Amino acid sequence: MDDAGLSTVLFAMIAGAIRVSTPFLFVSLGECLTERSGRINLGLEGTLVFGAMSAYAISFHTGSPWFGVLVAGFAGMLFGALHGAICKLPKVNDIAIGIALMLFGTGLAFFFGKAYIQPAAPRLPSISLGWWSDNPQLRQALDVNPLFLVGIVLAVVLWWAFRNTRIGLVVRTTGDSAPAALALGVNVDLVRFLATAVGGFFAGVGGAFLSLYYPGSWTEGLSSGQGLMAVALVIFARWNPLACFGAALLFGAAGALGPALQSIGISRGYHFFNAAPYLMTLAIMMLSISPKRSLKGAPGELSITK
Amino acid sequence: MQPGTGQPGAGQGVMVGEYLDRARRSSEFVVIPLLALAASAALFSLFLLLLGKSPVDFFALVWRGGFGTGFSWQNTLVRASPLIFTALCVAIPARLGMTVIGGEGALVLGGFAAAAIAIPLTPWASPFLVMPVMVVAAALAGAAWIGSVGWLRHYRGINETISSLLLFYIAVSILNFFVEGALRDPSDPNKPSTAPIGAENMIGPMPGTSVHWGLAAGIVVSVLVWILMNRTTFGFAARVTGGNVRAAQGQGLPVGKLVVVSCALAGACAGLAGYFEVAAIHGKANASLIAGYGFTGILVSFLARHNPLAIVPVAILLGGIAASGGLVQRRMDLPDATVLVLQGLMFVVLLVSETLYGRFQIFKPKGT
Repeated sequence: MDDAGLSTVLFAMIAGAIRVSTPFLFVSLGECLTERSGRINLGLEGTLVFGAMSAYAISFHTGSPWFGVLVAGFAGMLFGALHGAICKLPKVNDIAIGIALMLFGTGLAFFFGKAYIQPAAPRLPSISLGWWSDNPQLRQALDVNPLFLVGIVLAVVLWWAFRNTRIGLVVRTTGDSAPAALALGVNVDLVRFLATAVGGFFAGVGGAFLSLYYPGSWTEGLSSGQGLMAVALVIFARWNPLACFGAALLFGAAGALGPALQSIGISRGYHFFNAAPYLMTLAIMMLSISPKRSLKGAPGELSITK
Repeated sequence: MQPGTGQPGAGQGVMVGEYLDRARRSSEFVVIPLLALAASAALFSLFLLLLGKSPVDFFALVWRGGFGTGFSWQNTLVRASPLIFTALCVAIPARLGMTVIGGEGALVLGGFAAAAIAIPLTPWASPFLVMPVMVVAAALAGAAWIGSVGWLRHYRGINETISSLLLFYIAVSILNFFVEGALRDPSDPNKPSTAPIGAENMIGPMPGTSVHWGLAAGIVVSVLVWILMNRTTFGFAARVTGGNVRAAQGQGLPVGKLVVVSCALAGACAGLAGYFEVAAIHGKANASLIAGYGFTGILVSFLARHNPLAIVPVAILLGGIAASGGLVQRRMDLPDATVLVLQGLMFVVLLVSETLYGRFQIFKPKGT
């Protein structure tokens, strides 16, 4: 590989990190909020796919992609609320409910999405942040979607709110010890229900990004495990919203590796590089989790780390 | 139970009472899932009514397409066979308290391994050699795949639900890598596939039917797994581990070994599903292996409450629903994902019904 090829791959990976990371970012922030309240929602993959489908359909019918984003968020919120409401019942396993909702959400999305595979819907616009540079590759890499910037703001706000606000304290207490939260007079079930519903909203918005910006159309193979990788990413980020942002960038870059190499003519092993994000998720989990000690920063009530 | 009084009549009365109590308790595990199925059928009817479709037509078509005629029964049973195997892939780890959902990956890899090992053998070896080698290759590939999920769980503390699903995506990449690369059959321009395994190495139908031997194998394996889990020391140790890991470790049970071996057995089952898909249906490995049997198998296992014997009828039920999908699609102008919606709904309602256990007085033992 010569220098020009190397810089192409590098720029493609930076561009990929910015472009591909947004759905990871939204889903992981949603999951981070839900897990901080002491519950795990594995169904966000289904929420993501359903959000992508509904955003595309609404954008097609109304001509407004931003309205599509909003509807995707509320659709995701409904899925989150359903998960939250079911998990309130005694003897119900939150991991199994997550799997069921993952299958149900994808099923519903394929059911209603059949009609939208062909038509083209208006897409989200992008903002050029590369005007200062003469390098066309860098300019292209810095064409960012507003949702990416919203995601960064959201990560900072969540990080600040967890530390400095009353609501943040209530959510954290609920996640660390339900008896302690009860003693403070907090309605544990209500907090978890709301945290799961809001988390679903974020995941739905992440789905809207998939269908309305990149890859930018609705197909049944649109999300291949992004929602699930985001759950793993939250563990890697130690339930810290700012770390979620960094991890999402890393995952985005890994996801862009295959297409980037293909763009300079290295197509051999394309499928191997497509597997890179999954392999990296596994590797990261192996490095960051130990069976010997409990995880630093893990909410005490979380079933996945118990 | 009262202490023995010495009178034979009283002893018999206690035995009958005990038997009735046991029947009461176990009928709860049948009645509640059936209630859940009825409730999900009702909810799905509501869904169809909202879309302006007739639920009566829908269920009549499901009956006709899945169970109405001899032809539809055969279609149903062909689909039930992989579902039995993939459900076992969920049921075995479930006894140890693990939720493994990546059976689809083991199926894909098992099918691929069977085809990949058959291709160099077909030109010279007899089917008596090729067939068993394919079976072993498929089972080993699946066992290694899900066995590593168990290893990651026990020795690295990685959640098995997440890792098994990640491994599914990796298995698909492996299949595509070889099928579109080194092992691609150039004579097949339509769909990237491996070379055919040859007609003589295919599994035929059972006598008098068009259903392949995978169904019989599935039933035999289910019974074997039931015996293993309920009547052997291994199964007992596995169930103790599922009940309480600390207690099992305290008793000196080799928990790590139990977890890895159980997961490997589970993966071998899913790998066999892949073998039968290749050797009885497709005749080669390609993306048709990714048909969702692994994911429907999760639902089958949960509906059967992870009981290997109950898996067989439940797999036939869900195989029938899947088999009727084409008919429903054509006659009612509904998308093929209709079956996915119904399955998802059944799964959600079933899990909600878990909350009902122990709430009905009628199932409570009356014993003294």
